[in-house]
Amino acid sequence: MANAPSSPHYRYLLRLADNALVLGHRLTEWSSRAPTLEEDIALSNIALDLIGQARSLYGRAITVGGDERDEDHLAFLRDTHEFLNVQLVEQPNGDFAASMARQLCYSAFAVPLWEGLTRSKDSELAGIAAKAGKECAYHLRHSSEWVIRLGDGTAESHQLMQRAIDDIWMFTGEMFELDDIDRQMIAAGIATDASKLLPIWNETLDDALAEATLKRPTDGWMISGGRQGTHAEHLGHMLAQMQFLPRAYPGATW
Amino acid sequence: MTDKNWPLYEVFLRPRNGLSHKHVGSLHAIDVEMALQNARDVYTRRGEAISIWVVPSRAIVASEPGEKEMLLEPATPERKPYRHPTFYDIPDEVGHM
Repeated sequence: MANAPSSPHYRYLLRLADNALVLGHRLTEWSSRAPTLEEDIALSNIALDLIGQARSLYGRAITVGGDERDEDHLAFLRDTHEFLNVQLVEQPNGDFAASMARQLCYSAFAVPLWEGLTRSKDSELAGIAAKAGKECAYHLRHSSEWVIRLGDGTAESHQLMQRAIDDIWMFTGEMFELDDIDRQMIAAGIATDASKLLPIWNETLDDALAEATLKRPTDGWMISGGRQGTHAEHLGHMLAQMQFLPRAYPGATW
Repeated sequence: MTDKNWPLYEVFLRPRNGLSHKHVGSLHAIDVEMALQNARDVYTRRGEAISIWVVPSRAIVASEPGEKEMLLEPATPERKPYRHPTFYDIPDEVGHM
């Protein structure tokens, strides 16, 4: 099997792609199970947007890194430790409130990230960012409207929404971390400095939580390591299901 | 979500400039903003529209089927044929009307 390319540019793109793929796959798990038909289609739309973003980003990464593997290989034949997504996006769907909390936290980060990446010196990445930014702006609107309605809804929905925000909070810090890969890519004008997106993210979250009458959790200890390939149990279970078919029937086609 | 019976909304789409909004279907939503989002998600997945209207179904005043004879039948072509421009000879130069 070909080795994974190790250039910072390749790994930076792979992190972006893995975020989109893993969250996109999580949302497909709602298909046929969402609370209403309307919401079922809405979540499938968001999933398809994210999987589309992942495909573009894998394609770019393969070109940049000279990877001999194709995008299907990257999605379906890598093991858990080779996935470089933040742990936020691999968290299980939980109840609808948990999925909306996860979506809000990611989308509020993705919108300014893609906006910054439209100025990337990697012109293809800049093009992907322009398209992804519009999609994520809608995802942000969709999830924040739900968080607001559930938070400012019944006593039960308020309590479930608050629990969802509390539970996801420790996974949000990782999105704003920088390591050597990020610093090299920022210096090269390819990456956006994620650490500088935190004030924007805070403002988005504070506005939504205030309108939802929810309490912002205190920033405590944050989970880290997903972007370096460290994941807890959840991603493995998700990949086992997602990758079953191509692994059991190599080369299977429609 | 104790009440599953969300209000019903009617969805109207305008396919492009110059055309009017056309009724395409209905959906359930918890309020008007969500109705607009749901309409976008359910009815515009293939680029069908440049504009969306949603209207609470209860805001629509509909004619009663039982009143059809009084309201609508007097204007059928059989009863008022002269309201249809079928008595004019159209010159060939005009082409297809």
